[in-house]
Amino acid sequence: MSVLVYIEIAKGKVKKASLEATNYAAQIASQLGTSATAIAFNADAAQAEEIGKAGAKKVLVVKGDQYKNNDAVYLGVAIEQAAKAEGAKVIITSFDITGKSLAPRLSAKLKAGLVAGAVDYPTVNGNVLEVKKNVFSGKATAIYTINSDVKIISLMPNSFPVKLTDNKAEVVDFAVDLGGITSKIVIKETKSTDTAGMIPLPEAELVVSAGRGLKGPENWGIIEDLAKAIGATTACSRPVADMHWRPHHEHVGQTGIAIRPNLYIAIGISGAIQHLAGVNGSKTIVVINTDKEAPFFKSADYGIIGDAFEVVPKLTEAIKKLKASN
Amino acid sequence: MKILVAISNVPDTTTKIAFSDNDTKFSTQGVQFIINPYDEWYALVRALELKETGKATVVTLFHVGLADSEATIRKGLALGADDAVRVNAESPDSFFVAEQIAKYAKENAYDLILVGKETINYNGSSVGGMIGGLLDFPFVSLATKLDVNGNTATVEHDIDGGIQVVECATPLVISCSKGMAEQRIPNMRGIMAARTKPITVVEATTDAPLTNIKSFALTAGRTTCKYIDANNVEELVSLLHNEAKVI
Repeated sequence: MSVLVYIEIAKGKVKKASLEATNYAAQIASQLGTSATAIAFNADAAQAEEIGKAGAKKVLVVKGDQYKNNDAVYLGVAIEQAAKAEGAKVIITSFDITGKSLAPRLSAKLKAGLVAGAVDYPTVNGNVLEVKKNVFSGKATAIYTINSDVKIISLMPNSFPVKLTDNKAEVVDFAVDLGGITSKIVIKETKSTDTAGMIPLPEAELVVSAGRGLKGPENWGIIEDLAKAIGATTACSRPVADMHWRPHHEHVGQTGIAIRPNLYIAIGISGAIQHLAGVNGSKTIVVINTDKEAPFFKSADYGIIGDAFEVVPKLTEAIKKLKASN
Repeated sequence: MKILVAISNVPDTTTKIAFSDNDTKFSTQGVQFIINPYDEWYALVRALELKETGKATVVTLFHVGLADSEATIRKGLALGADDAVRVNAESPDSFFVAEQIAKYAKENAYDLILVGKETINYNGSSVGGMIGGLLDFPFVSLATKLDVNGNTATVEHDIDGGIQVVECATPLVISCSKGMAEQRIPNMRGIMAARTKPITVVEATTDAPLTNIKSFALTAGRTTCKYIDANNVEELVSLLHNEAKVI
């Protein structure tokens, strides 16, 4: 009765979210008195080794071109077969873009209860797992009980640690019988979001964000300079994206994207509830605003009441000094 | 082309969240309910646009909820949907909702099933993928553009670090995200017409739920903000480095 974890490899590297999932799978496996088996598609020896270091006792390597686009139709069949072969009763994925297609499809195919976006390790209650996830856009949490025989948990990214040991996994090839199925989805074009060399927002651990307080798109230079100095990705509030001052993919908030970076610096953003819903999972929030009544200060760890046009360039200089001295 | 748009009844975005019954239920006292924004502004509006341009013939709203959801369903009808179906049940989880949608969509031969990318109350992002799995339909998630040509859908959707354009023959399931359409305000004519549009009530399937919510808890807010003087940004940098350890 093992725990099976889905590994994603992107741009030649095992995704950090998959290493988090492997750590988590190993942790629950030991709670359940079993071990974690990873399933990785087109993984090479070095990648399989890293997955072992993250806690997998065994790595199943599946080879095939069909898996290269992370189409849940093919991944789902492979994982179903692997779960059966390994007697896996718990399947772990990340709650990232692939995970949001894959875990639900597996849940339906296996009639396996799914908790999507778990933020804590499960409590084992006999044959039932209790798992906590965020609800109400992060304003609350809920503990779900998974009652089914097979259980699926997808993990909120950047919520669990990655600890690498010198554990060596057994690496085996796993043959999947796709039975001649073909996905009906035909890829016509793939475009990269131009993030100007910055880490894409959903994966960024450091984010510098700005809003209407900047007064106009021509003033964003100071934000970009600060982001560059920190090694952060830029983000923005909804009004600023709607006014086309900044590209839509930068919009964080309830109707934009939700992020959970280690550091979120909000400049000239008042902190409306809808914006907070997108960023309240951040580990550390810094708010810079001229308005001392800005609601955002109530959700901040650190705050500076001041004019962004004066404070931000000074902050950039101070960060550069810190980096230079380290 | 028949389009089924699944809508959730959710507390509006400014609601102060509270729980009752020993933290086992969401407290609805004083709460304003709305159609889940992703369902309304993106899935429903796009479906209506497709109907307005002659690419779809019917737009049906589908909702799992008790009679108190009716006002919310009427709002969707006021925007222009043709009819609605309500499964008379309180849903325990995403899978339950997906089961109801899948059954109805299959029995009534819908070509496109549109859902919002997630609900603002449960944030599961799961229903769309589950419907795809139950019906063995293709599922495209996080779609920001949708076009239809005959029986083929062309969808632009988010992938890691970019956007992908895909084509897929119907029937298929799509979860809808920002960019697909713009929020609309229902006009007086729509509101009047909604009063007589049919809401068919059906009974739910009776399988035992795969998951249940055991309890809720409010997230502890950040308690105190440490203020740093605007003339002393070095102190902020020092705190971020030494105390918060984020840079």
